[in-house]
Amino acid sequence: MATALLVIDRLCVRYDTRDVLRALSLEVARGEVVALMGPSGVGKTTALRAVAALQPFHDGRIVVDGEVLVPGPVPPESRLQALRRRVGLVFQGHALFEHLTALDNVTLALRHVLGRSRAEAEAVAMELLASLDVGTRASAWPRQLSGGEAQRVAIARALAPDPPLLLMDEPTAALDPARRGALGEALRRLAKGGRGLLVATHDAEFARAHADRIVRLLPGEVAGRG
Amino acid sequence: MRASTGTPTLQPVIVARSLGVTGLVVCFLARLAAQGERPPLLVWGGDAEGGAPFVEADPADPSQVRGFDVEVAERIARGLGGGRTARFLQVQWSAIDQSVERGDFTIGLSGMEDTPTRRARHAVTIPYFEFREVLAVRSQDRDRVHGLADLRGRRVATLGATIAYDLLLAGRESTGVIPVSYDDDVHPYSDLVAERVDAVLLDHIIAQRALRRRGGTGFVILPQPVAVGHYVGVLARADSVLRDSVDGVLREAMRDGTLEHIFRRWGVWDVSQGALFDRILRSGAIAPTAGPPPSPAPAPAPAARAVTAYFPSLARAAGVTAVISVLSMALAVAVGLGLASGRLYGPGGLRAATTVYIEVVRGTPVLLQLFVIYYGLAGVVRLPAFLAAVLGLGLNYAAYEAEIYRGALQAVSSTQLEAARTLGFSEAQILRLVRGPQALRYALAPMTNDFVALLKDSSLVSVITVVELTKQTAIYATNVGSWIVPGALCAVVYLAMSLPLAQLARRLERRWGAP
Repeated sequence: MATALLVIDRLCVRYDTRDVLRALSLEVARGEVVALMGPSGVGKTTALRAVAALQPFHDGRIVVDGEVLVPGPVPPESRLQALRRRVGLVFQGHALFEHLTALDNVTLALRHVLGRSRAEAEAVAMELLASLDVGTRASAWPRQLSGGEAQRVAIARALAPDPPLLLMDEPTAALDPARRGALGEALRRLAKGGRGLLVATHDAEFARAHADRIVRLLPGEVAGRG
Repeated sequence: MRASTGTPTLQPVIVARSLGVTGLVVCFLARLAAQGERPPLLVWGGDAEGGAPFVEADPADPSQVRGFDVEVAERIARGLGGGRTARFLQVQWSAIDQSVERGDFTIGLSGMEDTPTRRARHAVTIPYFEFREVLAVRSQDRDRVHGLADLRGRRVATLGATIAYDLLLAGRESTGVIPVSYDDDVHPYSDLVAERVDAVLLDHIIAQRALRRRGGTGFVILPQPVAVGHYVGVLARADSVLRDSVDGVLREAMRDGTLEHIFRRWGVWDVSQGALFDRILRSGAIAPTAGPPPSPAPAPAPAARAVTAYFPSLARAAGVTAVISVLSMALAVAVGLGLASGRLYGPGGLRAATTVYIEVVRGTPVLLQLFVIYYGLAGVVRLPAFLAAVLGLGLNYAAYEAEIYRGALQAVSSTQLEAARTLGFSEAQILRLVRGPQALRYALAPMTNDFVALLKDSSLVSVITVVELTKQTAIYATNVGSWIVPGALCAVVYLAMSLPLAQLARRLERRWGAP
């Protein structure tokens, strides 16, 4: 598919002698929410980390909006700038910067990576936080946030540099059913805005309700499409 | 370095610092147990670090001591009768007065000077040796310097808490010399040759010994003495009856020639000893030496006055302690940060080098490091004492700081660092914006801890002639003859410096931490 935002082609990841991923192939188009499903330990997180260039892979190819990752060690950060601008990642444990408020978590990359002024960055951040329903929590510290709030701040932080591709690792893990629904709607809105979303989850109900497509990962198997 | 005697010791001051405390205790107990079977003892205290010809470890059998004070002690023990034998107890020289009053031993003999203060506080024997306070100067200065008056603005070294030191303190006002106090009587002369000081004022026996050690070169001893003093035995104040018996023995030894024989054997006999013996045997009374001739004998002052009199010098010493601690800590933080980042971010070679530095510096005593930096490196680079103190403490604490920073940096969760990478930050930015600020918060409490420890460890720099708070307190305590008031005052000053620091650290922690 020439227009695909993300192309994963026969991705293989090996830890020591154990194959964690064996020839995973999938595509995510702009405007599409794809759920990557499978039981724990099947390599969902590993796949996201490989796309985000946080970990090396041994065979296959990853292309994000024209930026190509090849097998071998993770390239130095200086050679990953273009990829970093294209991929946002929301960690399962949200991984907010604990010494910064919610607002500063979101503005940090805007100011120091993209060189925006503080006022500009804060305007963008406030808008993002408000759109995710956590505008009122802007001055809170991470440890003061509930699981759902922290996750939405983490989404805002990942979206701040405006990457076309957003990766999410188990976004519903810390959420009650009502929040799950709200999150699903938020993801749909992001997709409608033209982004591609790849969501690793083992929550079948969430995937069925909110994903355009489901890719199932089974232990040691080539991924099949759902 | 401190000389080791190999003799079991029980020193009130040094014990806590030195190695093998347990060994000493076991040894001491063993000796106590053995004591029952032995003939009566005269336990005498001296400092073998003072060396020959007073007291030194016997090169043939380092568990034994020898020297003229050893033989004087043996003569006294014999003279007291009852088959008494003399037994030596190692005591730090400056603590002999305090130790004899505690009852650690019966009589202190180790070139103890006859001063009015000592006579007022202890039972002091008649003098048994007359010494001259002589000036030593570098050979090239022999024609220019003839006395203290020619040393205006120059550094003159001596042993702390001696008549010579009092002479120099008095000379600070009258002749403008700068007194430099040492803990031992060897390094003043090596520093004289190394041009760290311009003259040394000490007993002629010590000066002559130092000159012999250097093969008669490097410095000269001025012929004209600055003052004359006497060595005496020191007993506890309550032992005045025993003291009178000891005086009787000493007189007898002067009459029968045994003292002369001892002094001749150790090469310290001269005409002035004969004259001293004559005077004592004729009249019995000799006036003590009270430092500089015009200065009145320091009468035991009332406590309140003693405190106020010492306040300026204690304040000055507290200032030295504070400045050394702050500068050393600043150095330790800077070097520690470098070491920690080298260990975490550097290439393999650098990682190995920083690890070696940290382990070597943490694994050896800071006292040893100070000696090496000040005395050991003197041949290569002649550092001023203050700079050597800051370098020694700073480089030592840097090793501890480095480990704190490494631990603190590693305590920042790796997913936060990965999150920062996915946002496009460079490694340097991650360190500056994410990892560093959080690590600083983790490091703050252990850093405060280290700074308080450093504040107190700064007392160690007195071994390289820097007079800081603890040293000044010791001088003060020796002077007033008690540790109670000086000790309390010193503790208050240390607490006054460390408590606000802990307070500041807590406030910073609150401010930096999430509420």
